[in-house]
Amino acid sequence: MSPTTHGDPSVPAAKVIHDDELRYGFRSSVRSFANRVRTGDVGSLPVVAGLILIWTIFQILNPNFLSSRNLVNLTLQSAAVGTIAIGIVLVLLIGEIDLSVGSVSGLSAAILAVLFVQTGWPIALVLVVALVTGAMVGLVYGLLYTRFGVPSFVITLAGLLGFLGLQLFVLGRLGSINIPDNTWIVEFLTQTFLSPAVSYVVIAIVVVVYAWQLLAQARRRTDAGLAAMSRNVIAMRVGGVAVVLGAAAFYLNLSRGVSMSFLIFLILVTIMHFVLTRTRWGRAVYAVGGSVEAARRAGIRVNRIYISVFVLCSTFAAMGGILAAARLQAANQSSGGGDVNLNAIAAAVIGGTSLFGGRGSAFSALLGVLVVMSISNGLAILNLEAYVRYMITGAVLILAVILDSLSRRSRAAAGRA
Amino acid sequence: MTLTAGRAERTHAPEHILSLRGIGKRFGAVRALTNVDLDVYAGEVVAIVGDNGAGKSTLVKILAGVHPHDAGTVLFYGEEQHLANPTDSRDLGIATVFQDLALSDSLDVVSNLWLGRELTRGGVLDEVEMEQRSWSLLRELSARVPSVRTPVASLSGGQRQTVAIARSLIGEPSVVILDEPTAALGIAQTAEVLNLIERLRERGLGVILISHNLADVLAVADRIVVLRLGRNNGDFRVADVTSEQIIAAITGATDHGLAKRAAEKSATQPGAETDS
Repeated sequence: MSPTTHGDPSVPAAKVIHDDELRYGFRSSVRSFANRVRTGDVGSLPVVAGLILIWTIFQILNPNFLSSRNLVNLTLQSAAVGTIAIGIVLVLLIGEIDLSVGSVSGLSAAILAVLFVQTGWPIALVLVVALVTGAMVGLVYGLLYTRFGVPSFVITLAGLLGFLGLQLFVLGRLGSINIPDNTWIVEFLTQTFLSPAVSYVVIAIVVVVYAWQLLAQARRRTDAGLAAMSRNVIAMRVGGVAVVLGAAAFYLNLSRGVSMSFLIFLILVTIMHFVLTRTRWGRAVYAVGGSVEAARRAGIRVNRIYISVFVLCSTFAAMGGILAAARLQAANQSSGGGDVNLNAIAAAVIGGTSLFGGRGSAFSALLGVLVVMSISNGLAILNLEAYVRYMITGAVLILAVILDSLSRRSRAAAGRA
Repeated sequence: MTLTAGRAERTHAPEHILSLRGIGKRFGAVRALTNVDLDVYAGEVVAIVGDNGAGKSTLVKILAGVHPHDAGTVLFYGEEQHLANPTDSRDLGIATVFQDLALSDSLDVVSNLWLGRELTRGGVLDEVEMEQRSWSLLRELSARVPSVRTPVASLSGGQRQTVAIARSLIGEPSVVILDEPTAALGIAQTAEVLNLIERLRERGLGVILISHNLADVLAVADRIVVLRLGRNNGDFRVADVTSEQIIAAITGATDHGLAKRAAEKSATQPGAETDS
């Protein structure tokens, strides 16, 4: 919610401090938000509305849907696909696509199971091998894309088949390997939940860091004579974050609580959000997605951005594969198959990352995966057949894409591309 | 972003920034440029005019490092330079604003200005510093941009041109090349851009202006270099030339042969050749 108030520092510094117009107060924040929505810059508004709608419908159909127990399940189901979706957000931001994330996640699950269970390697080494394999896959994609200019759609479609084959080869004749549930990886990733006290401490730290950041930023901007957020708005934002996180933790704590895998997913989302919005690399990613030619002329090494994004995407896919294998306590021929691929892509798009590149945020992986997994979870507890689930998820995806196109068009009409 | 540096130097003879001698460029069988000379001094606006296919764009691209030249020498502050790629050219201090501007529509003004050379503070983007410097740069240029945090897509043509020109100044260049900056602009916006060009001159920059519009050229340039069929066809001081004379040179009605041009040059710019 970055307000677009005038912040001309030509106004004397002494005046800035007393002039409320120049600090973005509550009213100007609301006004600029409403203005952006009207011109098609809808952000995460539709996905939040959609999530509320979906939750309401399922709650009416089945009163157990919003129970603490089921929501804990939802977070457990979301962690793996959500982690993969972070990678998809990245490739979508540069205007490309990776259709092979499912296969790559299956491959890393297979590597994990074979090396850890069959070969008995130490877990740390196994994790490194699985993640590096993912990174190598992305490196190959990136090199193919930048060297030969093959569309990423085709490269990754080939990768989808190729790495599925490799996954089957790694698994060998057996085809399915169970990971014993007394091992560290399974216990840590799926049976570890934060105790209520710890979860509140974590939230308190997050809120304090967030508040400190906003305050420090506002102070620096005021000192520099730029428009800064007013204390009220900061208080409201910090309060909002505290209430949302606190309420979510409180509700989840009524049953098992916040799982380690979901916490890892949240940490990854936050880190990627920071990297995308606050580093030169992140700025370059948005620039490449917005206009490659402009980015190239600005001196950005475009090929490096492409390669690094493909590498990150496949690495996130491998990470998702590890989380999924730990949750299933097994790797088999269908790991990463079925709807994993499309769920991850759907999550990124539904979460509000544009298919046209240059628009989106790491948080769309979080919001999107909650929507996708809520649908899948809700339909499952209604005992609906798989075919209904597929059709509904497909319909929601189409809706999200239409919304993306429409908002793009109305941004263009309002001159905000 | 110092306004004063250029002025101090201009109190004595203007500095000879850029000097091209005998530049040639072939594209296969086509000779795009033959034996072209060009000089740019600090605090001077040099307009390059010519009909379509005269070689204006090729000359710009050579200076911008997009195409390497195959004959002749490029002297920058008296030293021979090789402009093998756009980065070479930019690092040297030659900034080019292409006709299509190459702005990233979805990014805001600050991001566009600093794209590719963002300021950081402890590894993290220093938005405050960038925003502050953007404001002061735009103010020095007396540019009218509603807010530096609006996406570039929502700006008018003249404002986009302003942002593109301001961006070229971020690297503190010595020469700015503007390729058709007033094409597709309205009257008011054109005037705004011409004012901007004058302000670049006041900063002591050498400005190379490529334009089709003779009215604009005569309004703002100090010197006009005419290209015709890839060769020099005249080098005029704006003060002592009429648009008829320039049009004659562009269309080839008058032929400024080598001898005539050399005579004219030694008359108008004493000491032009001494730096090399």
